[in-house]
Amino acid sequence: MSRLRTLNYDAIVIGGGGAGMRAALQLTESGVKTACITKVFPTRSHTVSAQGGITCAIASADPNDDWRWHMYDTVKGSDYIGDQDAIEYMCSVGPQAVFELDHMGLPFSRTEEGRIYQRPFGGQSKGPDDPTQASRTCAAADRTGHALLHALYQGNLKGGTTFLNEWYAVDLVKNQKGDVVGVIAICIETGETVYVKAKATVMATGGAGRIFQSTTNALINTGDGSGMALRAGFPAQDMEMWQFHPTGIYGAGTLVTEGCRGEGGYLINSEGERFMERYAPNAKDLAGRDVVARSMVLEILEGRGCGPDKDHVLLKLDHLGEETLNLRLPGICELSKTFAHVDPVKAPVPVVPTCHYMMGGIPTTIGGEAITQDANGVDQIVNGLYACGEAACVSVHGANRLGGNSLLDLVVFGRAAGLQIEKSIREGISHDDASESDIEMSLSRLDRLNSSTSGESMAEVKAELQKTMQLYFGVFREGESMQKGLKLLDELGERIKNVHLEDKSNAFNTARIEALELENLYEVAYATAVSAEERKESRGAHARNDFTERDDENWLKHSIYFPNEKRVGKRDVNFAPKTVEAFPPKVRSY
Amino acid sequence: MLVSIYRYNPEKDQTPFMEDINIDIPEGKDLMVLDVLHLLKEKDSSVAYRRSCREGVCGSDGLNMNGKNGLACITPLSDVVKKDKLVIRPLPGLPVIRDLVVDMSMFYKQYEKIKPFLINDTPAPAIERLQSPEDREKLDGLYECILCACCSTACPSFWWNPDKFVGPSGLLQAYRFLADSRDTAQDERLADLDDPFSVFRCRGIMNCVSVCPKGLNPTKAIGHIRNMLMQRST
Repeated sequence: MSRLRTLNYDAIVIGGGGAGMRAALQLTESGVKTACITKVFPTRSHTVSAQGGITCAIASADPNDDWRWHMYDTVKGSDYIGDQDAIEYMCSVGPQAVFELDHMGLPFSRTEEGRIYQRPFGGQSKGPDDPTQASRTCAAADRTGHALLHALYQGNLKGGTTFLNEWYAVDLVKNQKGDVVGVIAICIETGETVYVKAKATVMATGGAGRIFQSTTNALINTGDGSGMALRAGFPAQDMEMWQFHPTGIYGAGTLVTEGCRGEGGYLINSEGERFMERYAPNAKDLAGRDVVARSMVLEILEGRGCGPDKDHVLLKLDHLGEETLNLRLPGICELSKTFAHVDPVKAPVPVVPTCHYMMGGIPTTIGGEAITQDANGVDQIVNGLYACGEAACVSVHGANRLGGNSLLDLVVFGRAAGLQIEKSIREGISHDDASESDIEMSLSRLDRLNSSTSGESMAEVKAELQKTMQLYFGVFREGESMQKGLKLLDELGERIKNVHLEDKSNAFNTARIEALELENLYEVAYATAVSAEERKESRGAHARNDFTERDDENWLKHSIYFPNEKRVGKRDVNFAPKTVEAFPPKVRSY
Repeated sequence: MLVSIYRYNPEKDQTPFMEDINIDIPEGKDLMVLDVLHLLKEKDSSVAYRRSCREGVCGSDGLNMNGKNGLACITPLSDVVKKDKLVIRPLPGLPVIRDLVVDMSMFYKQYEKIKPFLINDTPAPAIERLQSPEDREKLDGLYECILCACCSTACPSFWWNPDKFVGPSGLLQAYRFLADSRDTAQDERLADLDDPFSVFRCRGIMNCVSVCPKGLNPTKAIGHIRNMLMQRST
C-alpha cells in the first residue's frame, strides 16, 4: 500500500470561497459524499473582500429590467470573446441564484418597497438600443462579498457540509488514462500528507493576483488550482486577460469599489479635471474597467497625475455628503482612513489601477467540466476535473469582466458544477484507481522541497517574479518588452526549481505552504506571459502599444495555452446562445 | 525597533518563550503590525501566523499586540508601539498550535451552537423575502462580524467557561438572527440560550467593545438578548 493515508469521497471541492462553497452546498444537499478542502477557514477566503455587489436583472430598481440587457452588456464588456451560451445561462438563471442567497439570509440593503437595493455599476445599459445607465448591482452596503461569503458558510453549516479547513491541496493525482482521481493534500495543522481520492475534483481556488506586485487580491490568491492543472498538463484559456481595477488605494493596493462611482463619485487629475468625460463621453466614470484603467494611466503618463511623484489620480466622493457615504459606502470610509489616511467625507482618495481579476483560467463547459483539446484542436472533456469561479474560464468575462459579475459567476457556476457532478455521479462515474507510481508522481514536488538542503530564498524569488510581471505585463504591453520579460521568467523558473525550504517541521509550517504557492504563481505567470506575447491585437484588458487595434479577423478567439509544449493555440468563441439571437461584434464604445 | 514575539513549536520546544528581535523600520512609513511580521518572516521563515486579506475584512490575523487584541493588518505601529517596543502574542485563552497560531475550535463551536443561519419555515417566495429598510437597519452593527475572535478571547467570562458561555462574538451573531425580520425561529433560538451560562455569564466587562476591530458592540447585543429572555419568561 501507499505510504499515505487515503480519504475517500465522491466529490471534493478545492477552495472554500464563494464558488467552492456554492458547489459544496449543492453537492451536499443532493446527497453526494463531498468534502470542501480549503487552505484557510472558509470565511477568510478572498470573496470576503468583494464590495460593491452582485449584478443581476432582478428588476428591483427597474421593474422592466431584462436579463437580455444584462447579457448584452456582458457580451460587449467581454469585447466579444465571452461565450454567449455561458453568458446567456448566467444572466438568465442569475435571479434565481440571487434570491436563493436572500433566502439563505444574506442581508441585502433594501428599497422602500422592501426589495433588494440595486446600484449603478460600470458598463450597464438598457440593451443594445438604449445606452441609458442601468442600476443592476444588488448590494449589501459596500460589504456584499463579506455578506455573501458568510451567508454561504452559514448555509453550508445548516446543510451539514464536510469541511477540511486549513488543508492545502498540493497536486492532482491522475490515473494511467489521464483521468483526475483526486489530490494530494496537507493538513496544515499537523503536517500530515494525505491522498484524497474522489470521482470528481472541483477547482474553486480563485485567482492569482499575487503574480503582480500591486494587487487588490488577498495574500492567499496564488492560483493554486491553475497551477495544479497546468502542472498536470491541462490547458489554460485567455490567460493574458487580467483586469486592472481603476481604483486600488495608492500605495496599499486595497480595493475601492466601483460602487463609489456608481453612487456618483468621479475621478479627477492634477488639474481637477473630470477626465473620463473626454475618454467616455456617455458613460464617463462608469465605462468598462479596462477603459477607465487605461485612461487613468494615460493621464499619469501625460503628466497630469497627482501627488509629488504625479503617479496617481484622485477619486472624489466628498460631494456625496456624509450621510450617503456612511449609509452606502461605510467600508470604503473605513479602508480609506486606514490605508490612505484620508477621510472621503473631507478629501478625495488617491487611487491607481491595480491588478484585480483573472479573466482566464481552466476552460470549462457550463457544468464546470474541464476542457482540453485533442491533436486536431477538437474540444475534449477531462474526466474527473471540474472548475468554477475565478479559477475557471467558462467564459463569461472574455477579455474584460464587468463589475458585479464575479459574484454572480461564483454562485451561478458553483451551483451549475454541483448540478453537473450530481448528474454524472447518479449516472455512474468510475475511474481506474491511481497506481502507487501515479501517486508518487504527484508527491514529487513536495518530496523535492522536503529534501532540499540549500538553494534560493522563497521571498527573494517571489519578489522578483512579481516585479517582472508588473514591469513587462501590466496595463500596457509591447512585444519587445514582453519577450524580455519572458526571458527573465525563464531564468526565474530555474531559480524556483531550486527554492530551499529551511524549516522542515510539520506543525503549521507556513513556510512550506508559501514555497508550494510560489510554484503555482510561477505557472500562472508563465502562462500569462506566453499568451500575452502571442495575442497580437488589443482587446479588452489586453492593450498592446505595437498592435493597438482589435483584430476580429484573426483574434475573435480564445487563446489556449498548453503547458507541456508551452504553446498557445486558438479556440472558438461561442456565438450560439439557445434562446436569443447572438450579439455580433461591434465597435466597443462607452 | 525591538519586537518581542511569542514562540512555540510543539516539535522542538518544551515550553513557549518570548524571542526578542530587532527590526529596522523604514523611515517615514507607518507600517502595520502585519508588515512587521512579514519582515520577521523574511529573517526567520519558521515564524508562523495566519493572514489573508491584509485589509481587515477576513479576520485571520487577530493577535495580542502590546497587551491589546486587534487585527495585525490594520493596526499601525504608531497606534500600538510604546517606547520603541512591540510585544506580539497569540490571542489569549485559546490553546496555541504554534507561535501566533491558536486553535479556534472552541470559538467556532460556540458560533455553531447559536445556529448561525436563517431559519424560516414558510415556503420561500419566487423572489426575495421582502424586508423594510427599517427592519434591515436592525442588522447593522451585527452582520459585519468577521469572526476574528478578538472579542471572545479578550473576555474573562469566556476564558473561564469557553465550553458553556457562548461569548461575545457568538452572542452578537445570535442576536443578528433574532433581529432578522426574515427569521421565524425566535422562540427556538431563545429557548436554546435560556440557561445560566450561555448568555448570563456576561458580566458587562465590555472588553469586547473596546477591542472589536470593526467597531461593533457585542455588549449591547447581549443586553437585547437578556431583555428578550426576561420577557419570554414572564
